[in-house]
Amino acid sequence: MTIEIPTPLRVYTANQSAIAVDANTVTEAVSALLAQYPEFKKHLYTPDGKLRSFVNLYLNDEDVRYLPDREETAVQNSDTLSIIPSIAGGLPAGGAEAPSAQRRFGSD
Amino acid sequence: MATTVEPITLPQLSNDEIARYSRHLILPEVGMEGQQKLKASKVLCVGTGGLGSPLALYLAAAGIGTLGLVDFDTVDSSNLQRQIIHSTKDVGRPKIDSATEKLVALNPFLNVVKHETMLTSKNAIEIIRDYDVVADGTDNFPTRYLVNDACVLTGKPNAYGSIFRFEGQASVFATEHGPCYRCLYPEPPPPGLVPSCAEGGVLGILPGLVGVIQATEVIKLILGKGEPLIGRLLLVNALDMRFRELKLRKNPDCPVCGTHPTVTQLIDYEQFCGIIPEAKVAPVQNGIPQMSVKELKQRLDQGDNLHILDVREPFEYQIARIEGQGERKAGGHLIPLGDLPKRVSELNTDQEIVVQCKSGGRSQRAAEFLAKNGFAKVHNLAGGITAWSNEIDPKVPKY
Repeated sequence: MTIEIPTPLRVYTANQSAIAVDANTVTEAVSALLAQYPEFKKHLYTPDGKLRSFVNLYLNDEDVRYLPDREETAVQNSDTLSIIPSIAGGLPAGGAEAPSAQRRFGSD
Repeated sequence: MATTVEPITLPQLSNDEIARYSRHLILPEVGMEGQQKLKASKVLCVGTGGLGSPLALYLAAAGIGTLGLVDFDTVDSSNLQRQIIHSTKDVGRPKIDSATEKLVALNPFLNVVKHETMLTSKNAIEIIRDYDVVADGTDNFPTRYLVNDACVLTGKPNAYGSIFRFEGQASVFATEHGPCYRCLYPEPPPPGLVPSCAEGGVLGILPGLVGVIQATEVIKLILGKGEPLIGRLLLVNALDMRFRELKLRKNPDCPVCGTHPTVTQLIDYEQFCGIIPEAKVAPVQNGIPQMSVKELKQRLDQGDNLHILDVREPFEYQIARIEGQGERKAGGHLIPLGDLPKRVSELNTDQEIVVQCKSGGRSQRAAEFLAKNGFAKVHNLAGGITAWSNEIDPKVPKY
């Protein structure tokens, strides 16, 4: 199946926008991804193994959290797993920018 | 779909307005009554930048009666690549003044309310309460959560749009039966984990696409026509020109809009997003000593043997560099952040290394990586080459 990698996280997959993996379930697909790109792990999972809450996993167009079998849902070759992170453009995170640190709520 | 905006009496249109809006009036989905609803409505645009520019312009053109603008930033030349409501002569001017001028020139029937202020937990409810719909075009996570929560608490729908590089998202949050932003993203990413536009860049046209989608949703909500993006997340990839739609569910356990909400008033959003407010840069962050650009200049001038490690991308290095000493006279040692793990052998643990990037974010991450891998003498250059250009050498281009 295909795993689509969002732009902010492509730096961890050598800029590839989609990765092909062999898997029978969502969990297996994610494990295959992490086996190839271990750097990814901290962006997807907390240290205690929970999916981070600013990232969503979608199997085709459904949020995996709401599927009856969640991450154990069976997948086909033709399915796509998408990682959808939250994005907010503009202001650098942490407010470290010297001139614009003054303007907390500027515009994008 | 039930209209979310129900004005009590609909204002009349003058002959001039009828002439202006004729193309709306002859459209069955708008008509006279629809146009009157638009005139009666009040929309708050949070931000008059990339998203806010097309959003506000199209809402003004469409005949929205009152447009509130929230922005206290000033126009910078780097904004003009995408913030099309501002022009070259506006550089240095408050965005809110520049935006108001263009909006009123486009449509003199528009009533603009300026909120030249930071939107905070103390004023957000009071400001948002006066409007029917909110369109969020801000550029940071704390404000996103603030606007979301304030919209849910005041019962105002939020036409959401956000962008990154060449990808965008759009949806409508905070309607009575639909999800809110926290249903999708209960928590923000920790600072530094998701790169910003300043580090990642943005295709100028992208906020144009997404901002107009937001404006479209605002208008549909007011008219009560069409299918708004409630419970739907529209994803746009401008490079592939692909649009995808994902299903969004209202989370019954959502702390703000769920059946048993725990957030019933606005909180400290910077704290929520893990941002420590800084009056000045802390001398040490995550164990890495921060060096100011002034200190770097002083130490280079006195001949200290510092190794400047530049972790930006090659194309950035082409634009501007910080000049070092000896063989690094023409610029620091370039190892892009993504390549650092495999090229770390090019560095020596004996060296005193100052890590530098554009604004201090990537270099901090690189410094932390080096510290974990046996490098004891590592500093992060706070503010990066941008601060160097601002404070030490204005001939170094900013980009």
